[in-house]
Amino acid sequence: MTTTYAAVDELGADEPRARFHDLVAAEWIKLRSLRSTWIAYGATALAVIAFNAGTAYDTYNYWPERSAADRADFVRAGIPLQEAFTANAVMVMMLALGAIGAVAILGEYSTGTIRTTFAAVPARRSVMAAKTVVVTAVSTVFGAIVAGASFGLTQAILDGRDAGLSIGYPGALRVVAASALLAPVCALTGMAIGSVIRHTSATMVASVVAILVLPMVFTDGRHWSAVAGHATLYQAWSRLVEVGSPRTDFPWTTGGAWTVYAVWALTTAVLAVTSAQRRDQ
Amino acid sequence: MIEVNELTKRYGSTTAVKDLTFTVRPGQVTGFLGPNGAGKSTTLRMVLGLHEPTSGSVIVGGRSFRDRPRGLRHVGSLLDAHDVHGGRSAIAQLSALARSNRIPQRRVEEVLREVGLAEAARRRISGFSLGMKQRLGIASALLGDPPVLLFDEPLNGLDPEGVRWVRDLFRRLAAEGRTVFVSSHLMSEMEHTADQLIVIGRGELIAAESLAEFSARGTRQSVTVSTPASAVLRDLLAAEGATIHTAGDLLAVTGVTAVRIGEIAMEHRIPLHHLSARSSSLEEAFMELTADSVQYLAGDPQ
Repeated sequence: MTTTYAAVDELGADEPRARFHDLVAAEWIKLRSLRSTWIAYGATALAVIAFNAGTAYDTYNYWPERSAADRADFVRAGIPLQEAFTANAVMVMMLALGAIGAVAILGEYSTGTIRTTFAAVPARRSVMAAKTVVVTAVSTVFGAIVAGASFGLTQAILDGRDAGLSIGYPGALRVVAASALLAPVCALTGMAIGSVIRHTSATMVASVVAILVLPMVFTDGRHWSAVAGHATLYQAWSRLVEVGSPRTDFPWTTGGAWTVYAVWALTTAVLAVTSAQRRDQ
Repeated sequence: MIEVNELTKRYGSTTAVKDLTFTVRPGQVTGFLGPNGAGKSTTLRMVLGLHEPTSGSVIVGGRSFRDRPRGLRHVGSLLDAHDVHGGRSAIAQLSALARSNRIPQRRVEEVLREVGLAEAARRRISGFSLGMKQRLGIASALLGDPPVLLFDEPLNGLDPEGVRWVRDLFRRLAAEGRTVFVSSHLMSEMEHTADQLIVIGRGELIAAESLAEFSARGTRQSVTVSTPASAVLRDLLAAEGATIHTAGDLLAVTGVTAVRIGEIAMEHRIPLHHLSARSSSLEEAFMELTADSVQYLAGDPQ
């Protein structure tokens, strides 16, 4: 047998420097090459926009039945902004984005792809950080499109009754921004839970609890309960889209609500990035 | 070069791998043999840093694999052909891997051609047969042109042409001076592929030697004899210390060489219709060696 040790000794020696943005590009290839990614994002976008536009259309449709005083109060009470992104639509979006974020990592664990991934890139934290960057970026774009389209469409429908608002109206931009940014925060939450639990069904249950159940459980009845509730994403979003004076015994600022967003985003990102480091794959 | 040093892995109370020490050298195909559940896959996962050893270490090319930021240019591996997402195309799967390691896209086309998947490159992997998935896994392993290659049961699901292609590929990779480490639970697969063998059972090392040395273990020769005077020959052979099994007209004799049987027959003027010696096969040597360590034995009373 002829051997060429010398040549093989040089293999791997001229390795180019490892760059983080190559990992981001690789994760982007992985995400975009799955048809299910586009179906999930597309279906969610349609559902959310349809919920919002449907509510606005209902208002438009039954406008003639409103009294003159009611019509005058409609804009003053900020109701066009409530219809720009409704509570129903936000629930759908939160649950869907939580699931999409979870699937971004569970798709690797459930198929075993994670082993192929980590055998190619042993720097696990870098892989997970790249995946976090891609999921965050894509869901932010998704949120911006859905919130922007919802605002434009609902206000255009309400304009048919001269009740639509422009984006320059006080609080309008905050409604769009709070709704748009909720998408990446929920996707990160799903991804973090998926990275820690690593099993599909348990992750989905935990994700629903974190996103949907907790904000329902903690009500404004007691101070501690109100504070716990304020720490949930749904209640933070509700505070941010609130127009006029808050109707609660335990009022809080929009700054506090933005902080809740930031804390969730950071905590879940750290969990997603670090959870794979020490565990057997 | 892969250096496995006193490697132990426990999962709770189960010991999957125990005090395993061996070296896999470059320039040869090394077979990694053991019955199902012997700890082969666990060992390979520890080589790749996917599982953390309870104690001991694995050094690949002078370093622990986990310490490298990118792996494909150092170790190419195929652990399980199913470790891919069925929703992706072969080309997307390989492109993502290549990009993560800064390997140019043209290398993806090259390896796809090399494994014969160029035509199927854009099809979703979920529609691939096991053999095609094995080829895709081999393509992933080759992407980084690495000096060390690991394959866990790569022949499963391949057609005869595929098996021959894989064998030739392994021989070629080894001839180029690479370290090629291939696991299997079938001796017959390794017989025509491996130069060296590492045999384990129940997580422990049973043998680490060349294929030639291993086959020399199959020393028990069995001789088949046929004669009209079988009762007479039987007694004579038994007196020589042989063990004899009767199967119809044939006698299966162990413990005496064919030459000696011929001599005895001639001395006593016994006509022989048939006399043939048979070395036990590598498969038998393997079975014999691992008999004590088979974990999941069919028909084993609980």
